[in-house]
Amino acid sequence: MAKSTFVYVTYIRTTPEKLWSALTDVEFIKQYWFGMRCESQWTPGSPWRLLFEDGRVADSGEILEADPPRRLVIKWRNEFKPELHAEGYGRCVFEIEPAGEVVKLIITHSNDHENSKYVTAVSNGWPRIISNLKSLLETEKVILK
Amino acid sequence: MPKGNDDTDLLFKALADPSRRKLLDLLHASDGRTLGDLCEHLDMTRQAVTQHLDLLEAANLVATVRRGREKLHFLNPVPLQGIYERWIAKFEKPRLKALHDLKRRLEG
Repeated sequence: MAKSTFVYVTYIRTTPEKLWSALTDVEFIKQYWFGMRCESQWTPGSPWRLLFEDGRVADSGEILEADPPRRLVIKWRNEFKPELHAEGYGRCVFEIEPAGEVVKLIITHSNDHENSKYVTAVSNGWPRIISNLKSLLETEKVILK
Repeated sequence: MPKGNDDTDLLFKALADPSRRKLLDLLHASDGRTLGDLCEHLDMTRQAVTQHLDLLEAANLVATVRRGREKLHFLNPVPLQGIYERWIAKFEKPRLKALHDLKRRLEG
């Protein structure tokens, strides 16, 4: 396992297919990701970028694995903070598992630095994003703007 | 399986114990630990620690990942975010607005 890792788990009342499309649809992502724009073809080898509303690139990388609606792996690097950019690429794995009436979403974000600043920074963001995603899928509303 | 109101019950029940809160603190200090590693920091039997971890996992406060023969425990902050949104954020908002209004009146 990588040296710095965070694991986030949430259970969402939805289907794996809907959750997959929520993770890969530009318009849907904007709603729960605080207006961020996500660009990718979502196929292995295709570039992946996350942009701020004003068009600046926040993060970039590449799709390493895409197995809809089960598994998505993104090679991920910060592009807007020099000290985080310096740590290079990390990996973000999305796993979707049906669990009865709900779907289990596991997000594992990691890189190979001891006490990674980058992994700590993303770890501050994920709970809010996941919480919004869950709320949007279950109630069609976001809690945090 | 956490869902609906049962989720919240499980969550608060899991938090209502000093040993379990200590386990969360230990994971917050250093994530991805084995049972053996966690046991070293607690004055309890291995079996008791296992039971506490099971309750924390049932409440989705701890996520586990298998690495070979080892099971690593991670603090999962997602349900805590839910508590924050439901029990803290909405009460903070009116106070922040009151402060903002006061500042405007004093400065304007």
